[in-house]
Amino acid sequence: MASVSTLTTRGGSPPDSIEAHPSLESAGTPPQAPRRRRKPERITKLLFIVPAALYIFAFFAFPVIKNITMSLQEYTTATFFTGEAPWVGFANYVTVTSSSLFGPAFLNTALFTAGSLLGQFVIGIALAVFFRRRFPLNGFLRSLMLLPWLLPVIVSSATWRSILDQDSGILNQFLTSIGVIQSPIGWLSDPNVALLSVILVNIWVGIPFNVALLYGGLQDIPEELYEAGALDGATGWKAFWHITWPNLRPVVSVVLVLGVVYTLKVLDVILGLTNGGPANATQTLAVRSYQESFVNFEFGVGSAWSNVLILVSLVFAVLYLRSNRRAVDE
Amino acid sequence: MTDTLISRRGSLPPLTSPKRASMRTGTRTRIGAFASTGIGVIVLAIMLFPIYWMVNTSLQPSGNTLTAGLFPLNPDFSGYERAITDQGQNLLTSLIISVGTVVLTLIISAPAAYALAQFRFRWINVALMVIIVSQMIPGVVIANALYSAYNDLGLLNSLPGLILADASHAIPFAILILRTAMLGIPPSIVEAARIDGAGLVRAFVSVVVPVSRNALITAALFAFLFSWSDFLFALTLTSTEEVRPVTLGIYQYIGTQVANWSAVMATAVLSSIPAIILLVLAQKFIAAGTTGGAVK
Repeated sequence: MASVSTLTTRGGSPPDSIEAHPSLESAGTPPQAPRRRRKPERITKLLFIVPAALYIFAFFAFPVIKNITMSLQEYTTATFFTGEAPWVGFANYVTVTSSSLFGPAFLNTALFTAGSLLGQFVIGIALAVFFRRRFPLNGFLRSLMLLPWLLPVIVSSATWRSILDQDSGILNQFLTSIGVIQSPIGWLSDPNVALLSVILVNIWVGIPFNVALLYGGLQDIPEELYEAGALDGATGWKAFWHITWPNLRPVVSVVLVLGVVYTLKVLDVILGLTNGGPANATQTLAVRSYQESFVNFEFGVGSAWSNVLILVSLVFAVLYLRSNRRAVDE
Repeated sequence: MTDTLISRRGSLPPLTSPKRASMRTGTRTRIGAFASTGIGVIVLAIMLFPIYWMVNTSLQPSGNTLTAGLFPLNPDFSGYERAITDQGQNLLTSLIISVGTVVLTLIISAPAAYALAQFRFRWINVALMVIIVSQMIPGVVIANALYSAYNDLGLLNSLPGLILADASHAIPFAILILRTAMLGIPPSIVEAARIDGAGLVRAFVSVVVPVSRNALITAALFAFLFSWSDFLFALTLTSTEEVRPVTLGIYQYIGTQVANWSAVMATAVLSSIPAIILLVLAQKFIAAGTTGGAVK
């Protein structure tokens, strides 16, 4: 029999649903009973969802709308005292696009996102494939591997800062002692290297998540395919290219597009390591937005930056929803 | 569409899928298997080296820490003393905020997840799409808008303000994984309670909540971790010392205290404890969350 909820919300409550609940409180006048119950019940059902709906409106929808209106206003520290935020049209966007940091921030965002994703994904898939082997301690090692992802990002940033320290960090000490480098590298203080360092740390943070998702995807590939492939001589790399990769494709596209959306908005890795410096070498769209709003208190300009960021994310969000649909259709 | 999308996502990995029934058998020798374990241990050692280094540095005497040896042969706990003096209050603040976030997240997400899983609302697909997209909104967008709203409402520098904001890391995620789990609840068991005279709310509390226990624990653990790790809202929505989560404490430490790495790293170790405890004690829930949610 269908569920109570199905019957009642579909409106035309069939008679058997009434008979299904003979014992309900309204035994007095049977014909009216279901109707009397139904209406409050519909309201109760809505009440299940109302708190979440209100929350999502207040903490997701409202901020997006507010960012759009703020970006069209002169919204500064003064606004908090006077309550006045004059409309200025697209002036904030002009400020953003004509800023000398617009090009670099865009480029850095692209490099940071592409570099992080490439590293996380390649290492992630290699490890996921590796962990499909059957060996002692497999599960234990795999769960320990999650640790970098579970730590607060700011903890990881602080730790990496000590490791990458130019003068006394362990990385430079190690590389000098084995003779790879002659003089210490300013991992976080040299403008030519800082972005690379930040990308490497973000790769480290993201590997566990990639391994977990890709490993899950690999587990869904039926073992029979490999057995059949092995009969045709497909083992090792051949098996990977002809069996693993095509079957993993739907998961791969989800991992990559989600990865882009989540990497675009990364802020704590960069703020913890370099604060956007040195010499703006690690400025991204998210960092710009944060600094304009919360360092310079130019909320109008800050929200214009973040709307540029949203626009870029939106492109990939649409890609995500589409690739997901394809994944389901396949 | 979104509907299938979610269940597809849910079915990706282990939330539902049982342990792999068969594995490649036969061909590999025991020696090969142990060699793989060896490779695995080496890879893991490289991956986790920074965490080891964090612990090692935290046990060095303050001052000269970055010229430390490879092993804390003479562990020195002065870094921890300093960390607890400076950051003890902040750790407590983080704990209160995280517990608050867990409670708020579950109260809001569990009923909504149940409704989205079992009630036949016509707009469910739209609702799910909204939830997925809301996860993609950059935190800085939320912070920009919340700052002025909180300023008007007097929520800046307050525990409730941070709890409400931190829940935004967790609520969409929690709704999605709880819904995936609740899709599997047979309507008949809820119905049985209804026949016994329970209203919707009572049936939810006395039947749905207990059978969804595991998913609720997973959602709670991740809500805790997300909130404990929150840096953005701590940075943007607080400015006083009274309400300062430990993540912000570390950030300010590395801004000013780089001479005293042992105290910085001791704080980092103390802030890592929840993640480590959860990984050890609640491994299966963490695994379910990583793969089942596929979101953060």
